[in-house]
Parts: sequence; C-alpha cells; structure tokens
Amino acid sequence: MMALPYITEHTGFTGTVYATEPTVQIGRLLMEELVNFIERVPKAQSASLWKNKDTQRLLPSPLKDAVEVSTWRRCYTMQEVNSALSKIQLVGYSQKIELFGAVQVTPLSSGYALGSSNWIIQSHYEKVSYVSGSSLLTTHPQPMDQASLKNSDVLILTGLTQIPTANPDGMVGEFCSNLALTVRNGGNVLVPCYPSGVIYDLLECLYQYIDSAGLSSIPFYFISPVANSSLEFSQIFAEWLCHNKQTKVYLPEPPFPHAELIQTNKLKHYPSIHGDFSNDFRQPCVVFTGHPSLRFGDVVHFMELWGKSSLNTVIFTEPDFSYLEALAPYQPLAMKCIYCPIDTRLNFIQVSKLLKEVQPLHVVCPEQYTQPPPAQSHRVDLMIDCQPPAMSYRRAEVLALPFRRRYEKIEIMPELADSLVPMEIKPGISLATVSAVLHTKDNKHVLQPPPRPAQPTGGKKRKRPSDDIPDCKVLKPLLSGSIPVEQFVQTLEKHGFSDIKVEDTAKGHIVLLQEAETLIQIEEDSTHIICDNDEVLRVRLRDLVLKFLQKF
Amino acid sequence: MPEIRVTPLGAGQDVGRSCILVSIGGKNVMLDCGMHMGFSDDRRFPDFSYITRNGRLTDFLDCVIISHFHLDHCGALPYFSEMVGYDGPIYMTQPTQAICPILLEDYRKIAVDKKGEANFFTSQMIKDCMKKVVAVHLHQTVQVDDELEIKAYYAGHVLGAAMFQIKVGSESVVYTGDYNMTPDRHLGAAWIDKCRPNLLITESTYATTIRDSKRCRERDFLKKVHETVERGGKVLIPVFALGRAQELCILLETFWERMDLKAPIYFSTGLTEKANHYYKLFIPWTNQKIRKTFVQRNMFEFKHIKAFDRAFADSPGPMVRSGLRGPARLGPCLQVVFATPGMLHAGQSLQIFRKWAGSERNMVIMPGYCVQGTVGHKILSGQRKLEMEGRQVLEVKMQVEYMSFSAHADAKGIMQLVGQAEPENVLLVHGEAKKMEFLKQKIEQEFRVSCYMPANGETVTLSTSPSIPVGISLGLLKREMAQGLLPDAKKPRLLHGTLIMKDSNFRLVSSEQALKELGLAEHQLRFTCRVHLHDTRKEQETALRVYSHLKSVLKDHCVQHLPDGSVTVESILIQAAAHSEDPSTKVLLVSWTYQDEELGSYLTSLLKKGLPQAS
Repeated sequence: MMALPYITEHTGFTGTVYATEPTVQIGRLLMEELVNFIERVPKAQSASLWKNKDTQRLLPSPLKDAVEVSTWRRCYTMQEVNSALSKIQLVGYSQKIELFGAVQVTPLSSGYALGSSNWIIQSHYEKVSYVSGSSLLTTHPQPMDQASLKNSDVLILTGLTQIPTANPDGMVGEFCSNLALTVRNGGNVLVPCYPSGVIYDLLECLYQYIDSAGLSSIPFYFISPVANSSLEFSQIFAEWLCHNKQTKVYLPEPPFPHAELIQTNKLKHYPSIHGDFSNDFRQPCVVFTGHPSLRFGDVVHFMELWGKSSLNTVIFTEPDFSYLEALAPYQPLAMKCIYCPIDTRLNFIQVSKLLKEVQPLHVVCPEQYTQPPPAQSHRVDLMIDCQPPAMSYRRAEVLALPFRRRYEKIEIMPELADSLVPMEIKPGISLATVSAVLHTKDNKHVLQPPPRPAQPTGGKKRKRPSDDIPDCKVLKPLLSGSIPVEQFVQTLEKHGFSDIKVEDTAKGHIVLLQEAETLIQIEEDSTHIICDNDEVLRVRLRDLVLKFLQKF
Repeated sequence: MPEIRVTPLGAGQDVGRSCILVSIGGKNVMLDCGMHMGFSDDRRFPDFSYITRNGRLTDFLDCVIISHFHLDHCGALPYFSEMVGYDGPIYMTQPTQAICPILLEDYRKIAVDKKGEANFFTSQMIKDCMKKVVAVHLHQTVQVDDELEIKAYYAGHVLGAAMFQIKVGSESVVYTGDYNMTPDRHLGAAWIDKCRPNLLITESTYATTIRDSKRCRERDFLKKVHETVERGGKVLIPVFALGRAQELCILLETFWERMDLKAPIYFSTGLTEKANHYYKLFIPWTNQKIRKTFVQRNMFEFKHIKAFDRAFADSPGPMVRSGLRGPARLGPCLQVVFATPGMLHAGQSLQIFRKWAGSERNMVIMPGYCVQGTVGHKILSGQRKLEMEGRQVLEVKMQVEYMSFSAHADAKGIMQLVGQAEPENVLLVHGEAKKMEFLKQKIEQEFRVSCYMPANGETVTLSTSPSIPVGISLGLLKREMAQGLLPDAKKPRLLHGTLIMKDSNFRLVSSEQALKELGLAEHQLRFTCRVHLHDTRKEQETALRVYSHLKSVLKDHCVQHLPDGSVTVESILIQAAAHSEDPSTKVLLVSWTYQDEELGSYLTSLLKKGLPQAS
C-alpha cells in the first residue's frame, strides 16, 4: 500500500480503493514515518542526469544495474497521503462487496499483519483468488483464512517469504540471545525496524524473555514519529487479532503485553532523538528505530554513535534490505552485526501444503517463483511445484487466464416460473422451453413473463401493408423426435383424411394424400410437407405433425 | 408459496424481554433473548415453550442472534441455552460478547444474592452459555449454513450494538435491535445500505417523539445539574453501567472542566472502571471524533469522575438539611452521583434514591426510558407516594426530571432508516401499542408498504415470491444482449431458450445447445407450398418479378436473387417452375422450415394475390 498515493494522486485514477481499517490506520503510520524521515533531510538539488540510459550504462555498479531508474519518483507529501487515504472505503473480512453487479470482491485474513488481506474476486460461476503476503505461522494477527480459498479457478500467488531458508522461530531465538549477550557485556543493541509489524512480536518475546535473562533493568527505547500511535493502535484492533489476543479484551486487558512494558517503564517511546529522549537516555540500552535501510531516520545517528565500539551490536530483523548493502557506507565498522531476518510469509513448503489444501484449478505467480533462486540454482525445493504447472507472469505482461466463461446468473420471475411446463426427457433431467422478456439492469439479468399479445385494434384504421409482415425475429421452438408412420397415418385418418398411400423410401417414408395433392416425406429427423397453396390444409397437417414432436 | 413468519415472544407491543422468532426460507432464527425488568416472576423471560414443548430447542432453531448487551435483549440467554437447553450457535458482535457476561453476572447477583431467588441461572451457566457465542464483525457475511447468511450493521445505541440482516437465497429480513440515528458524544449513527429486505423489523421506543436538537437537551441537562449543585442539592442520575453513562460522563467531564467546577462526580463502583476500560479497547466502535483523538487523549479516562463508596450515601453532604446537625462539612461532599441500574428497580440507584427522595432540594434525573412496573416508571408518571418492600411508603419530595438521553431513534430516525433500507414490509416491536399505531399509519402513508405490529405470541405471515436463480449460457445471453442494442430495442423482445433441470442444477441454454447436450437430433419440419401464378413469361423472368415485388414489400427483410434463378427471403426459398400442363401458368415453390412459419405463411398468401402488373 506504500505506493498508493502515486496511483491515486498522479495517474488520474478515480475509482474506489478498498482496504481494511487496520490496513488504513497502520499504513498511514508507515507512510507518515517515511514522509517525516525524508522531509527531515531536505535536498536542495537532486541529480537526475545519470538516469539517462546512456550515462547510467557507464556508471559503476550498483548504479549501473538499477532497473527502470526513469520510473523512480520523489517521495510523496503528507497531503498526498491524506488525499490518497480519503479515497479508501473501509471493508471487513468476509464482507461481500458488489462491484457493478458483475463481480463480488471479498477480503480474507491473510495472517501476515494486522488487517492484511487476501482477496477473492468472483462472479456466480468463476472464482479468482489473490493470495499475497500470507502467513501460516501463529503470530499476532488473525490466522489465515484458507477454507474460503477453496474451489478457485485461478489462484494468483505472490508475496512469498524473501528468506525461504530462514526459520522465523529460530531467528527470534537468535535475536533474543544476541541481544542479551551484548547488553550483559555492557554494549548497546540497535534494531533497525519499521514502526509496526514484527516489532509487536519482538516486544512480546522480550516481555517474556527479559526477566528470565536478567535484563529487567535495561531500558528499551522505541523511537519513531509514530511510535506512540503504533503502540496505541495495536491495542484497539482486537477484532483483527489471533484468538489468544482477542480473549484478552474480554477480561478486559490490552491484547499486547507492551502495554505493561510501558506501564512499568521498561519500554519508552519517543517521536525522535531530540527532546525528551536526550534527557532520559541511559546506556546500555536497546533501541528500536527506523529506517531499516539505514539511509535515513534516527537509526543513522545510532550507527554513527555506536559503530566504533565492538561492544555494541546491530541486529537486522527486517528482510526487505540486504544488510551488507545497508551497512556498506558505514564501513569500516567495529560494532557487531547480526542478521536474523524474520519473515513470516509463506515459504515453499508451506505453499505446497496450501495448494494441496486449497486445490485451485490453475496457479499464477511471478516468474521468479517458478525457478530456483539464481544464487542457489541447485535448490529445486525453492520453487513452486504444483500440477498443472504454475503459469508465470513478468513485469508489464498481460496474461490470459485459461478458462472460458460459459454461464452467468439470471433470475426467473416467479410468475414466469409458474408458467413453465417441464417435461422429463431422461430420468432426472427435465426440460422446459422458456420464452420471456429479458431485462438487464446494473448487470443483473431478470426474465419476465412475455407481455400478452396486444388486442387487435378495431378495423377502423386502414392497415398499412407493412403491418402484416411478421417479425421474423419471433423465434419458433426447435423440434425434436421422430414420427412413427403408422400412428401418423391413423391420426390422419381420424381427422378425416382418406385415400392415404404410404411409400417406403431409402431413408423413411412418403405419405401421399392423393385427394389433396399433398405429399409428406417422413424421415428419421426431418419431415417435409409439400402441398398446394391451401393454408387451412397446411396448418391442419402442421399441427398433426407437431403432436408427435417435442418442442425446445 | 414461500413465506416469512414472524412471532414475537417478547417486545411485541411492549418494551422489554425482546425475543422474536423469524422463519425464512425454511430456516428458524431467534432474534434477541431478553428479560423483562418490570416482572420478577415467570413473565420476566420469554415463553420458550412456544418453540417446542418437548424436544431440544436446538432441533428447531438454526441460530440465535443478540443485537446488543442490554439485559432486555440478552438477559434470558443463560436461562434459554443452559436451563431450557440450546446448543446451536449464538451470534453477537465482539463488544457485546465481552460485556454481556458481566451484565448477566451482575443481574444474577441482584436476583439471587439480594432478592434470594432460587432456580436462577448460575455463574457457570453464564460461562457455558458464552462458549456457544460466535463473534461477528461489522459487514462480515457469516454463513450459518449453506443457505442461511447473516450480516451485521452498525446501530449506534450502545457499544457494539448491531442491526442484523438475515438472508436465505433472495429473501431477507433486517432486524434493527435498538438503534440511534444521530451520533452522540461517544457513538456514531446507525447506518444500513439499500439492501431492500422483504421485511424490516424495527424498534419503536420513541414512535411518537420527535426530539429537539441534542445540543438543547445537553444544555438543559447541564443547567439542571449545575443549578441543583449550586443551591446545595444532590443529583442522582440512575444509569446503566455501560452506554448512556459514558456519554453523560463525557458531557459532565467537559462541562466541569470548562466551568472549573470542583464538586466531585461519583460513579457507583464495580462496573464503571471496567466499563470504561472496554470503551478504551473498543475504540473502533465509537464515533469519528473519539477514534481520531484517542492517541492523544483517551476520552474514557476521566479526571473529575471518581469511584463511589457505598458509605458515602449515608454521610451528610454539605447542605443536607438535617435540622439537628446543620450543614456538616465532614466527609466527602457527595453531590452528583451516577448509580446503577437505570430504572431504579434494584441495586444502588434505588438505595440512594430512598435516602435522598425526602428532600425537595435534591433532584433525580432519569436519562432514559423506564419499563412499566419499575420505580423509575412510577415516579416519571407522577406518582409521589411509593410502596416499598415491607409496606413502607416512601414519599418522594425530590425533583424528578426526565431527559431523553436514551440512544433510541425517534420517529424521524425510524422513518429515516426505513427510507435507507427500502423494505417491502415493516414490522414494529419494542414499543407501546398506542404509539406504534401512530407510527404504523405514518409508515404506511409515507412509504406505501404494509406495516405490522403483532402482540406477543401473535404470528405475522408474509408470502414472498422469490425469483429463481438459474445459470444462463453466456452465448445465449450475449446474443440476446447484442440484439437488445439494435434500434428497435424499445419493443419488448422475447428471449427463447430451454431450461435444463438436472437435480437441483438449473441452466438456461439456447435450444440448439439443449438438443446437443441431451444428444437429441433436431427434427426439421419443412413446408413447401405450390403457388400458381398466371404468367406467360419464362421462369427466370417470373422469378425476377417475384424478386422485385417482394423487395418492394418486404423492406425490412433480406430479399435476395440468387444466380441459379431462385429468390430467398431470409431463409425462405422461392423457386419458379413451369407448370407441367399449362404453359401460361408458373408454379412458385415456396419452401420454409417450421422456424420461419409466420413469414412463410405470409409469403404464400402474399404471392397468392398475384404479382403487380409489370409496367
């Protein structure tokens, strides 16, 4: 959602944006922090000539290798953020949202973050699931809703873990033990992080861990312009949390234990390093602050402050940035660097488990998930493996989905339904012919009974010849069945035809009505009446033939 | 004919004991399960034997829905589920789920511990009952089973109050519970989309009242409290621990702050702090303003409002007239007290009321509706001598004020909601019969829909005519829609197709497809008519004359002259042949299939009239 203002504010997009309430509130905090960090370091000039492809080619790595630099944009402003967010319509999990009567959209819990969603887009006969950034692990959010993804025609799968080889549980353990080790030796710990998400889980782990590790006197600082809001907001979204946390509010207690950490003064939060923080600052301590890229935000100060001492440790937990690249400008560095990326999103084992469970007809995913990662080409386990093979897509590519729409829902009005006469054609299968008026409004189709034929208006007006011309669009039903000749002849006789002759032909029979100079060819699936221009006779014969046939 | 049946077991032409049975599309749903505060005998609970005399309720009910945590909507729940016996799902919102058991426990304590009632539900029963609860989120579509789905809408009224849509196929009922159409100091206004239910069941507590602006009422309230405090009187405000209490607390708190008043406000203990805590945790359920500012300042953390100790009530306040002692300055100056419960029918509020009722300086402000039979109701209807337990008579000298702060929709609000939802029928519950009558007429006049107001135990039956959903093949639909776009689209067009019914699967397909799917061959019925024309010219020329004649008459049709000499009109073939015997007569063979019956028949009669003489 971090790029939303670029779409809503710069592309002329006028549609509605749907999102859950926590997504909007926490998304706002993340954007607010980003804007705040960027605006703290205003740039008088910005270089753009290097973005020229010919120039870029000549530059050293990694500039040379950056893709699509011409599409890079300046960071948005808070005004643009607010404007973008005002276009969002809030929705809840399992809420069915009708779009123009044509499709229904439903968000489902994806289990990754507060309010994070997978989406189902379905019509009455087709179902497409969009699964992105999902987690099967038990952390703080509501567990992933897998059951609702069943019976998908197409499942679009993206946002898998960035670190498929790391086990988040192990990483959390490593995080705690490294943190304790450093602090015990009198060093400080720096945790570059986002202001929401994994930090809630980290604080909860520390809450359980600090007493047993003898760290209860060590201050924890959480520094972010939105630190307070993030901690407060996390407590009011009980309905979006896992069961354990939900039950806490029944007591009533705040769902996250960081409330207690704050109450007991073990965790303190500040909008920035200026102001109150400089008075309260004690060492050794643990600091959570952003931005995880180490390029801006308060984390930069701590890197400068603590980088020279080998007592201190920086622990990377966010998987979005390569820690080596993040650290590059600070080298040489005496401080210890620990890399424990915690990414709870689906790994490939979980994906195959999920696909087995959900069984979509087709899987669609980004190209890189269909082959092992380039650095570990032997790890064939690090790719999506499913039957039929996943269809892959690339940037800016249009992919045609492999199913054809064949049916749509239509409603038959009760009056019309009452007038239908079903016939049983085969055991268990009945047919009824329907002639009705189709009304379509808001993409909803309704069949209404046909209007009664208008009464002919008296003969006063002179008829124009064209009035008599029948509308050829009035469809007659199709016919099916075959005519048993003997019975047909008997029927003819019953209706006063005499002098009937029957001749056998290669394919059927010819019934001759000699008196009327009429010939009826009867074959397995066709009947041909050849007669003089005697409408009364023809209609009589027609109706007799129709008695033997079924109409559709 | 399918029908919807509604039977109130409680709240039918009455307030209290809300409990409404709805049968829709073969499903049975019970809406609310409340107790009646005006009774303490059997009549306080709905008569569940109406549902079934023997046999488990679970077999007769598909689900139970609780709209909000007020006891007249959920007070009978443990009795119903644990003592009568129901094991199916009970749906309510999360705040209701959190607060409901506390109020039930409170209610139980008053009934059992204070009044010494036997055969009442136990604490364990409340716990067991709450285990059957399934929480619903706002706007979430909850699939109770394959056919029955429910959806909650925001109702205002109290924290977590919801309106529910109950839907089976294309039939639906909306039950409002209690709701409020104007946002107040802590909650937002009820809202529902244009869901066009077959039936809207709405409360009608204030069926005839149109309340003036909220601001005026608030100003009045503050003025009265302030005046009484100024002249040294005491103010008792009986409230329920959750709901109105928080709104009034916010109101007084801000007023006290603005006026810099020092007199403390007390709130009867027990629930209060806990209650405020719930409000803090369920911020998303409150109004816009509180949600926006809660990070800076949580509105439910009060400075001037303190917990109340029972001993206080006896202590003389600053100005209590007790001739002997004079105005004592000892002890806390107890002047403004919020006490539970709100209808003065039991508990602390009644205790304080009895102590303070004797002085004309004091005032009791009833901020909400009082059910018949309660002390609250009696004093509001002007009774000044009350018979208490033990034949004591209590004389009420204190001022009695009524301020409508109940968060129920007034007549205007009810009409507004009916307009929002656009129901086909309206059914009134939770109100007094006379007032309902008035509102019923108004609704029938304004919206031209039928309006019902059954008494308890009376059944309203509505027949519905749900349309039948079937699948239409996209080919057929597109063909029809494309033709619908033609210029003559105004004429109603007939769609022709075949409905295939296999088990419960209904599909509408084109006739050709139906034949193909069933493996049936089409039987072609063709007619060929001989039309004799007197024409001495050659066959080819006859054909040409036929062609130009038809071309001039049938302007809208496709008339073609084929190279082999035959003429076609749409798919009808006309060939000219020489007569075997009479060379001056030509025979036109007009041949068409049954599907072109009308046109074919028309053509033969047209040709029979002969061709116009060639010029």
